Amino acid sequence: MATIADFFHWLAAKRGYNFSIFYDRFDGTQFLYGIWTTIHLSFFCVLLSVLFGAIGVWLQRSSFEPLRWLVGAYVGFFRNTPPLVQLYFFYFAVDPVLSSALGVKGGLLSNYGWALLVLSLYAGAFNTEIFRSGIEAVPKSTCEAAEALGYTPLQIFRHVTFPLAFRVSFPAMTSNLVNLIKTTTTAYAISVAETLYVANRIWSDQFNVFEMMNVVWVVYLVLVGLFLAFMTRWEKALRVPGFGRSK
Amino acid sequence: MSEHPKFHLPVMLPVRPVATSTACLVATLSSRWGLLAILSGLALCLGLEQAWAQQDMAAFSIWEAIVKWTPLIFWGTGQGLGGFVLNIWVSVLAMTIGTCLGLMLGIGQVSPHRVLRWPSWAVTQLFRNSPWLVLLFYFMMLLPYEIRILGFSVPFSGWFKATVALSLPVMANISEIVRGAILSIPTGQWESAESLALTRRQTMWRIILPQCVKRMIPPWMNWYCILVMSTPLISILGVQDAMTLTQDALAAEGRMELLIPFYLWLMLWFFAYTYPIARWTRRLESRFAVKL
Repeated sequence: MATIADFFHWLAAKRGYNFSIFYDRFDGTQFLYGIWTTIHLSFFCVLLSVLFGAIGVWLQRSSFEPLRWLVGAYVGFFRNTPPLVQLYFFYFAVDPVLSSALGVKGGLLSNYGWALLVLSLYAGAFNTEIFRSGIEAVPKSTCEAAEALGYTPLQIFRHVTFPLAFRVSFPAMTSNLVNLIKTTTTAYAISVAETLYVANRIWSDQFNVFEMMNVVWVVYLVLVGLFLAFMTRWEKALRVPGFGRSK
Repeated sequence: MSEHPKFHLPVMLPVRPVATSTACLVATLSSRWGLLAILSGLALCLGLEQAWAQQDMAAFSIWEAIVKWTPLIFWGTGQGLGGFVLNIWVSVLAMTIGTCLGLMLGIGQVSPHRVLRWPSWAVTQLFRNSPWLVLLFYFMMLLPYEIRILGFSVPFSGWFKATVALSLPVMANISEIVRGAILSIPTGQWESAESLALTRRQTMWRIILPQCVKRMIPPWMNWYCILVMSTPLISILGVQDAMTLTQDALAAEGRMELLIPFYLWLMLWFFAYTYPIARWTRRLESRFAVKL
């Protein structure tokens, strides 16, 4: 560790490339915390957005019409307005108004909480549509065949509809989730201490915008790359022979 | 990623081309409910105004505040471009730059020469997988305020740098669309062009690309919508766009009851601008859908 620190010290002193995060303990820890925040924010957002997507598609298929309207309004609202404005709207407008109306001191959720909720809702709206198209791709005759074999509706969903729909939705879902991970940077705007925010704090102290900007870029490329690699492997593992992309 | 999924098994219906560009989809049938949601939220706030007014007699009505600030938020301060008009202008310009570069890159990606194919692929992946906000920061911070060409200094204003930054992820995604579209053209087209003694360049520009246009238009429009939704990000970097001006207006008024209506009002503009495009995209998608 000492040699790495020494090297970056030397680089800063002699070459003028100040990667302070590699030799300054304070900056280094701060930056690691930033990356860690990005990782768990992305992780929970991904989980929640898939959950919202599943709930959305479930409500959308209910026979109770107002529920379908509700899902339609949710999807339409979150898909056709900018995510940054959504974030500001919930954090700067909905939170203070609601908390003053309810008499809660200090806001309903923290900035992290709102970022998590709003970004999940945002990606969840897209997931709803993706899952819906996946379920629609499962032919009726397959379900009818299962019914003829004596499957109950729940069993049909568990053993026929879901496995096929999930595989159909998988590629679109992956790119939506990648998009979600990229969008977590927007949480910067409400000062969630994620990678970009922390990097900003560091370059304000150290005046090393160029170095930090490149480090941040690489960090995101690595994070997205790891996620994509994981999802691609999972997709391969899920592949059913005779079904899937022709390649 | 963005080619049309094809399925072997006759048991499965072809997937409806919801995700032609796969990244995300703006067009949705149920969007009118989104409009309804925004409008009803706005109406609710205006209805609540009565209650607020009783609490604070000096308060202007919410409507008056909206009417008062709307010209500023729409047109900007009058010094140069600003406001919602700037958002639209940035999106149009970034889309134009992104499309031109993306077309080159996409053609590069299917080039038979490795020296062209590999870098095109790398650049596409690089900009496709980096967050928009990081790219914005990168270019806002690192591009100079002005450049000197032959003694003339050309100023780089904030919004122009932001446009350049936003055009890069668009470029990468257009590149993928172009690649997917070119690969989706049947090989027979290439072979017959070859048998007519057309060169590769002639085949590409006269045979293949014209056929691609139809397939590329819906995802291209989809990406335009996504770009429009991303333009408020430039407010984080201090460009006087609609988002910045809305926040300025709210700060100047300093009244809590305005918060929700003002944000909803701003969202409504974005909705009103992208929704028709999204509907149109949806229509084109179903019309151009490959029937199997």
